[in-house]
Amino acid sequence: MTPDLMEEGARRMQAYAQRQAERTESGGRVASFRRIVKIGEPDFAHGVALYLEDITVSFDGFKALNALSLTVNVGELRCIIGPNGAGKTTMMDCITGKTRPDAGKAFFGSTIDLLRLTEPEIAQIGIGRKFQKPTVYEDLSVFENLELALADDRRARASLWSRLSGAQLDRIGEVLTLIHLRDHAQRTAGLLSHGQKQWLEIGMLLMQDPKLLLLDEPVAGMTDEETERTAELFLSLEGKHSLVVVEHDMKFVDMLTEGRKTVTVLHEGSVLAEGKLADVQANDKVVEVYLGR
Amino acid sequence: MSAVIDAPIGLQQRRGLLLGATGWIAVIAIVLVITVGIPVLNLVVPDGSAFHVSDYTVSLAGKILCYAICALAMDLIWGYTGILSLGHGLFFALGGYAMGMYLMRQIGRDGQYKADMPDFMVFLNWKQYPWHWTFSDSFVFQALMVVLVPGLLAFVFGWFAFRSRIKGVYFSIITQAMTFAAMLLFFRNETGFGGNNGFTDFKRVLGIPITTPQMRVTLFAITGCVLVGFYLMARAIVNSKYGRVLQAIRDAESRVMFTGYDPVAYKLSIWTLSAVMCAIAGALYVPQVGIINPSEMSPAASIEIAIWTAVGGRATLIGPIVGAFFVNGAKSWFTAAFPEFWLYFLGALFIAVTLFLPDGLIGLLRRKNNREGRA
Repeated sequence: MTPDLMEEGARRMQAYAQRQAERTESGGRVASFRRIVKIGEPDFAHGVALYLEDITVSFDGFKALNALSLTVNVGELRCIIGPNGAGKTTMMDCITGKTRPDAGKAFFGSTIDLLRLTEPEIAQIGIGRKFQKPTVYEDLSVFENLELALADDRRARASLWSRLSGAQLDRIGEVLTLIHLRDHAQRTAGLLSHGQKQWLEIGMLLMQDPKLLLLDEPVAGMTDEETERTAELFLSLEGKHSLVVVEHDMKFVDMLTEGRKTVTVLHEGSVLAEGKLADVQANDKVVEVYLGR
Repeated sequence: MSAVIDAPIGLQQRRGLLLGATGWIAVIAIVLVITVGIPVLNLVVPDGSAFHVSDYTVSLAGKILCYAICALAMDLIWGYTGILSLGHGLFFALGGYAMGMYLMRQIGRDGQYKADMPDFMVFLNWKQYPWHWTFSDSFVFQALMVVLVPGLLAFVFGWFAFRSRIKGVYFSIITQAMTFAAMLLFFRNETGFGGNNGFTDFKRVLGIPITTPQMRVTLFAITGCVLVGFYLMARAIVNSKYGRVLQAIRDAESRVMFTGYDPVAYKLSIWTLSAVMCAIAGALYVPQVGIINPSEMSPAASIEIAIWTAVGGRATLIGPIVGAFFVNGAKSWFTAAFPEFWLYFLGALFIAVTLFLPDGLIGLLRRKNNREGRA
């Protein structure tokens, strides 16, 4: 074994480690040479996390979504606003598999066709969803709520023998701290305040470690202070995860977009306007929709 | 950082052990009472003694133990998973019929007609056994059927129902309809299950006479041990992550789905297990009571199982067992004292429990304990 060979080996090892790091980085955009697209795993090499094209949903003739097209980039935090009945929740239903669109395409990354998967499969592949009304397991403790959301084997037989590992306990501890519920870990979730339930549900999303988070009115019913803390939390997630936030609270949207990020306005099932919050708010069509004609 | 790591470990262990030391002592004590205590008090202690347990008490208790198994099974599917089945009487009866077929073959030539075949077949002038009676003289085969037939039926029914996302009251109604349809089927003589008389007049099991006091006590002890075993199994299930997923399905099924669990597998497995538990209860019930007929599949029989569970306390494992003993104890006293008022009382009890005791009798006890604990 000559020094040359050893050096060469070390160099190769380093290159390999670098490739691995680039490949596993969530939201990594480097289309590195020899990055293998694994079947059943989302591929974000092209920088797109969510791609919707001409999604149409009609309920008894009423078009809840009308040729909606939307692209969310990897690591992006996208706010979606719009008047009641604009189709915001229906859009989330389509992405998560609850509603099957009549027409259109929905892709996660560049390879995963969401319209072919069931709700649990979509959740397992890395899309987490928070409902408009906080939905937690009321009779279980806060700790157990998080435990069930932990990214782990979801099959029935596996869960029968499942025991938490040290790393998993640490992760639960981290999230408990992050959502400010550490002191309430043992409490029954049903006894939490509305705002705390919202936080718990967000915490459950974080336990799943999804690549894309869909958040439907996450700060409804929260105090101003809680709203601010939520904004901080979401901003800290930006970059590592892609986020889609549907919200009516313009102050919160303003906090999240920091005056520079894109906001999408939905109206009657399609995109009415897209741009910075200030630009959108100055848009004549948007003003008309919000204030009536 | 160490505080972050340490704190939740205690939380994990709270659910880690199946039973504490006192719990295991209680279980051993109960098993001893069932297997040694009651048999001795019944067989050895003379009739006149104050400690004597009468034959009537033993057979009543044995019957109620079977009901308690049903209530426990109902609790797993209803109390913990939130799926109200009004068809558990069917699984109970199927288990009973599978055992009954074997017991009919054990009668041999001692029937009323002194013939080779069971009396009802002679009466119908059948010359050979129907196909489903082919292996009915084998205890092992029929014991397998006790588990397999109801298990398979529950699995197939559940697979279709849960996959089609049939929930709530719709599911309850379909199970009720299924039980009713099965009852009509079993009433018919051609199906080969003795029509509306069912099976009765049993003489032996495994060649041993069935009506002796020793046999009665043995069956009682076996049933008691099976109940204790099922209780421990249910406890292990409920305390596992699997059990918590079941409760999560009950509280917010959509959340469970969007967290990545497929509820169908969970519901189907607990549903089938619950049905098999009921079937085993039925198989233990038939030799003790000495009769099985289609009335066990009547809608009322299935609803009663739900009542025992609700009265005792849903989503507590001991509650349904207490409920089965309370309601059936009251029933045997009431039907002797005021025979015509039993159904009114049962209805009133159910309404009272629904209105005032959502957590059943066990909930009442716990509330009382909490109040004393605080004072």
